[in-house]
Amino acid sequence: MKPQAFDYHRVKAVAEACQKMKDGETRPIAGGQSLGPMLNLRLARPGALLDVAVLRELRGCQRVQGGVLIGASITHAEIEDGLVPDNTGGILPIIARGIAYRAIRSRGTIGGSLAHADPSADWATTLSVLDAQVILQGPSEGGPSRRRLYLKDFITGAMQTVIAEDELLIAIFVPDVPEDSRFGYFKLCRKTGELAHAMAAVFRGADPDDLRVVFGALPGAPMIQTGAKALDPITWQHALAKRYPDMDDTDIGVRIHVMKKALERSNTQ
Amino acid sequence: MQSRKDDNASVKRGVGAKKVRKEDDRYMRGLGDFVGDMNMPGMLEVAFLRSPVAHGQLKKITKPTNAEQNIFVAADLTGVKGILADSALPGFKSSEQPILAKEKVRYVGELVAACVASDRAKAEDLADSIELDIENLEAVSDMLEGLEEGAPLIHEQWGDNVFQHTLVDGDVESIRRTAAVKIEREYRTARQCMSPMEGRGVLAFWDSRLEQLQVFTSTQIPHIVRTGLSECLGLSHEQIRVVAPDVGGGFGYKGILLAEEVAVAWLAMHFKRPVRWLEDRREQLTANANCREHFYRVTAYADESGRLLALDTDAVVDAGAYSSYPFSACLEGAQVASILPGPYDFQAYRCSTVSAATNKPPILPYRGVARTGVCFAMELTMDALARAVGREPSDVRLDCLVKPEDMPFTNITGKHFDSGNYPECLRRAVEAIDLKSIRKRQETPEEDGRLIGIGMSIFCEQSAHGTSVYAGWGIPMVPGHEQAVVRLTPDGSLEIRVGIHSHGQGLETTLAQVAEEVLGIDTDRVRVVHGDTALTPYSTGTWGSRCMVMAGGAVARACTDLSERINNIGAHLLEVPLESVALADGIVSSTRCSKTATLEDVARTWYLKPQLLPENVDGGGLEVTAGYKPERDSGTFSYACHAVVVAIDPELGTTEILNYAIVEDGGVLVNPMIVDGQVYGGVAQGIGSALYEEMPFDKNGQPLASTLADYLLPGATEVPEIVIDHMETPSPYTEFGQKGIGESGAIGPPAAIVNAINDALRPLNAEICEVPVTPHRMLGAILKAQLAKSEETA
Repeated sequence: MKPQAFDYHRVKAVAEACQKMKDGETRPIAGGQSLGPMLNLRLARPGALLDVAVLRELRGCQRVQGGVLIGASITHAEIEDGLVPDNTGGILPIIARGIAYRAIRSRGTIGGSLAHADPSADWATTLSVLDAQVILQGPSEGGPSRRRLYLKDFITGAMQTVIAEDELLIAIFVPDVPEDSRFGYFKLCRKTGELAHAMAAVFRGADPDDLRVVFGALPGAPMIQTGAKALDPITWQHALAKRYPDMDDTDIGVRIHVMKKALERSNTQ
Repeated sequence: MQSRKDDNASVKRGVGAKKVRKEDDRYMRGLGDFVGDMNMPGMLEVAFLRSPVAHGQLKKITKPTNAEQNIFVAADLTGVKGILADSALPGFKSSEQPILAKEKVRYVGELVAACVASDRAKAEDLADSIELDIENLEAVSDMLEGLEEGAPLIHEQWGDNVFQHTLVDGDVESIRRTAAVKIEREYRTARQCMSPMEGRGVLAFWDSRLEQLQVFTSTQIPHIVRTGLSECLGLSHEQIRVVAPDVGGGFGYKGILLAEEVAVAWLAMHFKRPVRWLEDRREQLTANANCREHFYRVTAYADESGRLLALDTDAVVDAGAYSSYPFSACLEGAQVASILPGPYDFQAYRCSTVSAATNKPPILPYRGVARTGVCFAMELTMDALARAVGREPSDVRLDCLVKPEDMPFTNITGKHFDSGNYPECLRRAVEAIDLKSIRKRQETPEEDGRLIGIGMSIFCEQSAHGTSVYAGWGIPMVPGHEQAVVRLTPDGSLEIRVGIHSHGQGLETTLAQVAEEVLGIDTDRVRVVHGDTALTPYSTGTWGSRCMVMAGGAVARACTDLSERINNIGAHLLEVPLESVALADGIVSSTRCSKTATLEDVARTWYLKPQLLPENVDGGGLEVTAGYKPERDSGTFSYACHAVVVAIDPELGTTEILNYAIVEDGGVLVNPMIVDGQVYGGVAQGIGSALYEEMPFDKNGQPLASTLADYLLPGATEVPEIVIDHMETPSPYTEFGQKGIGESGAIGPPAAIVNAINDALRPLNAEICEVPVTPHRMLGAILKAQLAKSEETA
């Protein structure tokens, strides 16, 4: 379990990074908590790695109009420890604390997790229900070329996103969570730190119809339902059966029960 | 045995003292020295190319042209023989495991080529560059399918896929016709991968000064590895030295001669340079560490009170593709029939077992060998009987357990239980888990919708069994007398040399405690030398919970002999008759005078001032080799009762352990703190067997878990606080009354936990007979019960 030989690059700026990745064989590495094992198992064999964990532009956080921008290379542990501004009433630190193990949280990054798009990862589901957006930057001749996408438009499937080969996920925009809203999250793991087998996040705004429910740990991208029927088991049952015809009734039943658990928690969390 | 002076364990010395482990100082500081820590000038590293398919004809192996000198296949290993581990049991079919595959590959992960480079990554690059031409054959991935007519054959010359078949053919017929209660069940335990923190590793080099092959390997059995290497490499024993440095856990996984050890040793001689292989986690999981897979079909007969009358069982053990050295392919299968009856006394018994060959890695001994599966089958059966007659399972067990007044007791298969009070053990466990309050709690639904269940398992464990038992089994290694060398050094410290090896059991401490018990020497002044064939007497090594009984007994005997020689010299120094002296607390004193002689006085005189001694002093001096066997070598029988309370979520299929209590009798405990540690660790592994650990294979024999993200091991949050209560019934046959206890913790949990889960599932009429109990299996059992009910009403 040793990786194939690769080159290792460090650059000073995102723009430079994007230029480098144009060669088609240079891949970004942040915390390396998913890519590391894949390299060692030789499932990934990039010619070169570009270390984005040390890029200053990706390490910042700032309050902006309507929310907070979190740099992509902020680690789960930094969020867990309250080292970044929290506009979610404690949601982000709670979620961060439940990710894998502390050793992984110390290196793994929020941007790396989203760009990897593992369906079982906590951030994809949580940030979807919070209506967050990712900010991507690509190379351009004049100034930086950026785009901003909701997660549902960013993650297209298991380990699949719309990110281009020479684009970098630089930050996440997390909108302010109003004080009178409610959030609940539940993931089904057989043991602490394990990748989840099912997960659900429930967000309820002040208005009773302002409901968002996201299912994660699916065979593909997170699924979202909004509005009055977002918590309706039958609606979910149909939606899951339609999207995943091979999913058996027991599995669907478990996922709906996981949503109920998330809903219960939204009364307390 | 000397009497102990103080019963307070904290100030106690010798046997029974709760001493902090001597070896922990270096382990806690990260100063242990494992094969992976070793580095030598010019050392080469090996990566193995392993078979990607479970069953196939090996047509051609093409090495890249620029690396032919660094890649080795079977044909290159001149003079090397395969590993042969036959059992002398009737009908055992022989299979030689090639060091590198020849003609056929028989499991995914079988060694095909050895690739040598200056570092492991480059060696893996070489392995990547080899082209394999294998013609796929249909694989046997399930033991029961492999036994069917027309199944593909793993070893064609056999004509079937049966390593060995055993039969205990008792007459159950008369009971079958008259018994009031009959239950039938099928049980399965998953294939597991034992997972010590340190994987395997071997470093070998040829020492030209000594003209000797030096092999540093992470093993429990250095002397047996030396014998095995001698056979496979055609070297004489004196040309081989095997050293086991610090070993980071074994559990049986390192009680095996490895094909990798043979290959690395050969490569070291070929290159005349140090060569090392370190197992990685993928190799451990997918190719090497397989164990435990059993199937049982049980019919039990009882009277109307649930008292067990007869047991009729067919068992199959998936033994994998080859027979491992030295324990053979029937290490589990051949034991199942003789130990299935457990701690119970009943009238009639029939049991057939098959050790089945499949296209999976060879089955290896894992802590609790065969006992974990057997306990699972027996104890689920006892609960099923209790449910059938509507009685409390612990009451039904009490009616069937061997009675203390019948000890020592020879059971229905001839096992000789040395001592103990099984019913008392069970009663204490019932109390410790507070059965009554749980039954009361079950009367009201839980607020969170979960279901509460309580379960137990009780078992006895043959361990430290010796010559008579293994001679019958006829494997390549039969243990005889265990030997120890003790040597008093000139400054009065003591060296103990033993051929067993400690891989986490704390033997550097407990054997020192034995010396302290006999000689009164402080354990700080005792060094245990082990794990090196050049420095220690021959031993079959550390397995079968035998070390404290066997090596402990040998150290006691050697120290007793040594004390006589010390007294002799001491009497001379004190100028008093020998009959008047005694050795206590490391000091020779006499009833005839007020002078005393310390161990140092005695040793200094013998080594450095011999002119002070008379001519007729014992020339053997202060070094003694003694051999030991218990009065009976049929083994000690420790026993335990595990009691568990679980909460299950019938919607999610999850299980939480709420309470866990154990009553344990390991005879006289040499170091109760170490025993508790052994039990905790064993229970953690047993919880793994019960709820988490499983190596699944697909139809083609491909292992489906290749990292610890897929192969789930319980972690700190999955292991509850465990309450342990000790009984200490001495074994009548051993030196201090101690019994083997190292494996016990891993035996009881699957049975106790699944009995608790089934107790919780009772309101839903569901029952689970398979481990691990995954959410999927639990929900499946609930669904099956619902379907059965709806069919009934329809």
